[in-house]
Amino acid sequence: MDTHLTDDVVGPLPGDYKSDVKPIWCPGCGDYSVLAGITRAMATMGLERHDTVVVSGIGCSSRIPAYTSVYGYHTVHGRSLAVASGVKLARPELNVLIFGGDGDGFSIGGNHFLHACRRNVDMTYIVMDNQVYGMTKGQASPTTEADWCESKLTPEGPGVNPIQPVALALACGANFVARGFSNNPNEVARLIVEGVKHPGFSVIHILSPCVTFRPEQRGWKSTVHPYGREPTDDPNEAMRAVLEDDGFGLGIFLAGNRRPFQPGSAATHSIAQIEEGFAV
Amino acid sequence: MTVDSVTIALVGSGGAGAMTAGQMLLDAAANVGWYGLMSRTTGPQIRGGEAAALVRLSPTPVHGPGDRFDIIIAFDWQNVERFAAELPLSEKSVIITDPSQGEVPAVLAASGAKQVELPIKDLAGRIPGGRVNMVGLGAVAAIVGLPRAGIDAVIQKALGKKGDAAIQASNAGIDAGSKEAAGWNLGLELAAPNKEGATRWNISGNEAAGLGALKGGVKFCAAYPITPATEILEWLAPNLAKTGGKLVQAEDELASIAMCLGASFSGVPSITATAGPGLSLMTECIGLGVASETPVVIVDVQRGGPSTGIPTKSEQSDLNIAVYGLHGDAPHLVVGPTSIGDCLFTTQWAVHLAEALQTPAIVLSDQAMGQSRAIIDKPADAPHKANRLLATDLGGEAKYKRYADTESGVSPAAIPGMPGGEHTADGLEHAENALPSSQASDHQKQLDKRLRKLTSHDYGDAWADIEGEGEIAVVTWGSATGPSREAVRRLEAAGTKARLVAIRLISPVQPAKLAAALDGVSKVLVVEQTHGAQFHKYLRGHYDLPGAVSVFSRPGPLPIRAREVHETLLSLI
Ligand SMILES: Cc1ncc(C[n+]2csc(CCOP(=O)(O)OP(=O)(O)O)c2C)c(N)n1
Ligand code: SF4
Repeated sequence: MDTHLTDDVVGPLPGDYKSDVKPIWCPGCGDYSVLAGITRAMATMGLERHDTVVVSGIGCSSRIPAYTSVYGYHTVHGRSLAVASGVKLARPELNVLIFGGDGDGFSIGGNHFLHACRRNVDMTYIVMDNQVYGMTKGQASPTTEADWCESKLTPEGPGVNPIQPVALALACGANFVARGFSNNPNEVARLIVEGVKHPGFSVIHILSPCVTFRPEQRGWKSTVHPYGREPTDDPNEAMRAVLEDDGFGLGIFLAGNRRPFQPGSAATHSIAQIEEGFAV
Repeated sequence: MTVDSVTIALVGSGGAGAMTAGQMLLDAAANVGWYGLMSRTTGPQIRGGEAAALVRLSPTPVHGPGDRFDIIIAFDWQNVERFAAELPLSEKSVIITDPSQGEVPAVLAASGAKQVELPIKDLAGRIPGGRVNMVGLGAVAAIVGLPRAGIDAVIQKALGKKGDAAIQASNAGIDAGSKEAAGWNLGLELAAPNKEGATRWNISGNEAAGLGALKGGVKFCAAYPITPATEILEWLAPNLAKTGGKLVQAEDELASIAMCLGASFSGVPSITATAGPGLSLMTECIGLGVASETPVVIVDVQRGGPSTGIPTKSEQSDLNIAVYGLHGDAPHLVVGPTSIGDCLFTTQWAVHLAEALQTPAIVLSDQAMGQSRAIIDKPADAPHKANRLLATDLGGEAKYKRYADTESGVSPAAIPGMPGGEHTADGLEHAENALPSSQASDHQKQLDKRLRKLTSHDYGDAWADIEGEGEIAVVTWGSATGPSREAVRRLEAAGTKARLVAIRLISPVQPAKLAAALDGVSKVLVVEQTHGAQFHKYLRGHYDLPGAVSVFSRPGPLPIRAREVHETLLSLI
């Protein structure tokens, strides 16, 4: 595949980044469009498929790696960010993207999210938020409203306030924070491209309806709106804007300038030299 | 008359410098050609409080703690009751005590040990900048006959930077202590050192494990501190960097193992180290390593359990979780080093095996090996290196199958950066092409292949350390090996032949090899440091042990001593 876009060479197409596996998602699931956005973003950047790794946890949204044609690691519930950090820290030359759901990322994986934000490894995290656990058939997630009573597990509603992923990401020190809506794959692709290009850890929060367990989320089409400001590099300013927003504003909140974390340098010693330290 | 082993406890609270004196004693003994072992015992305080350096010296390699202490020297007796059980004494022992620190505590005096008074504080006080631990070191050196040249070199190395005054003060302290002790004639002079032979190393088990990782080719480590494994991580941090590798401090053990899997998926051999609580947290991801066939090495430095248990003391009770702790049918490697020095070989071998078989390997070290320091002969170089079977010919028509069902069970791996090898590694059950599958036939095929690659591999002679002959055999593992070895040798010295089989490759089991090792044996004694006889049950579950089988199994935290094993053996004959 040629990645150098010139006038007469056709670059990679989104289809080049799709596998021939048919998704298991329900018809109408928002994740289809996110997948379309992802492959569009990859084509736009002309990523080398063999130099690109997508990592996911467990959940409907975490199925995405199998539907792409790059390297992938479909891991366990909640640990995708840690696995991806290992990939990128060990092999900084690879492009690393992480996909998952709100439950995967903010509940079981919450601690890793916090530390991925503050660690700032240069990789891009795409969270598909449907405010529900889709794969396990509709329980409340950390982003579900306190009074949502449709789950058998919490028939009276979860009774605890939802977290706000974008504010959380900012509070934890993420370097690039944006929100998109799955209905608009072009915009999703644009945000991903910006996130991947931006050095450091990028969080892209994507509202992606679960039409099966939260059919009312179809109405998000008329709820979302542009958040309406230019991206800032000042986390405080971004946080103020996010707190004023209703959780449905779309755009780039922060494109910060923290240095990415990437330890390591060239070898300076042979193992024999190190061993000498033990000699009596 | 000389003795061929002497065991010394240097006891004193925080500031007394007992640990420093113990280290110097060990280093000085090494300098003059003796072998030795030093472990430390401390109270639960983070800093300060009661502490003891436990040192055993001998002209021949030391395999474990002595049966009892020949010498206890106390700079003070603060809270010594708390670890009196760790200081076994007899009438033959000598307690050296400073009269200004009060009477010898009753728990120790009850042993009937000989008491010798040494005005340690007073002697140190007469020297400008004098320290009690140097006076103590001088006394011990005189008692065991440690040549002064050995100590001089240590002092020079330790205090060279601090200047002449510090060196003079230390020398004066040592002189004062040794002058007092010179006339005591306690009969504890150690046989002359044998300076011939190999280069000697001064190394702890945790350092040796770190070095084994480097020698195996590890280039990535993710770390979360936990006693008694932290020193592996602390040793690796600078030394991995020196070899171009990387160490990252993770947020917890879940992240440590997950990061290692990510690094390994990308082709970089990886290791993490932990202790029981951390191993519990890691088990889900270790299973991911099994299913996704991602190599990784986990060193578990066992401590007293369950739960937070006794973090600073040793046990072998993580055996069950290491072997059986993963959900599903999840064959993986479990190996156990048999000595401090062997932590190097076994960890290096684990790296090699994990990579060769594309699966997780758990190295079961323990506190007694990990945190003890020994003078050993420089270990021989082992050839074992990380060498993953990589896919070739990826450009062809046939689509790459990550989990191809090969004869050996090992499937050639494609790693990111290799065009044509793109696939998604998966913890979900999958078909050969790596796509998720819940079909019975795919499950069976992948389970078969993951087991076959472990069971059909030729592990060579390293699966166990085998010594001796005869109809009686001790079967053991890990740091129970040292005292077992010593017990078998005592039996032989008294004319009864015996065998020692210390199993290094715990899983997968090697029934044919063990049967051969125990051919002709009529009595087997299994030795281990657990409460529930985990190793004995494990052996019984997987092997046909010959003849009459007995068990010596007791929990920590007190170390198993050769005397206990020896007495059990005598009772069996
Ligand atoms: C350790 C563990 N606990 C629980 C589960 C069950 N589980 C699978 S997916 C999932 C939730 C997925 O929800 P989310 O991350 O929001 O993704 P979605 O399916 O909505 O895309 C849970 C609880 C699991 N696989 N592993
Ligand atoms: S359950 Fe919800 S999230 Fe999962 S595939 Fe169906 S619509 Fe999508």
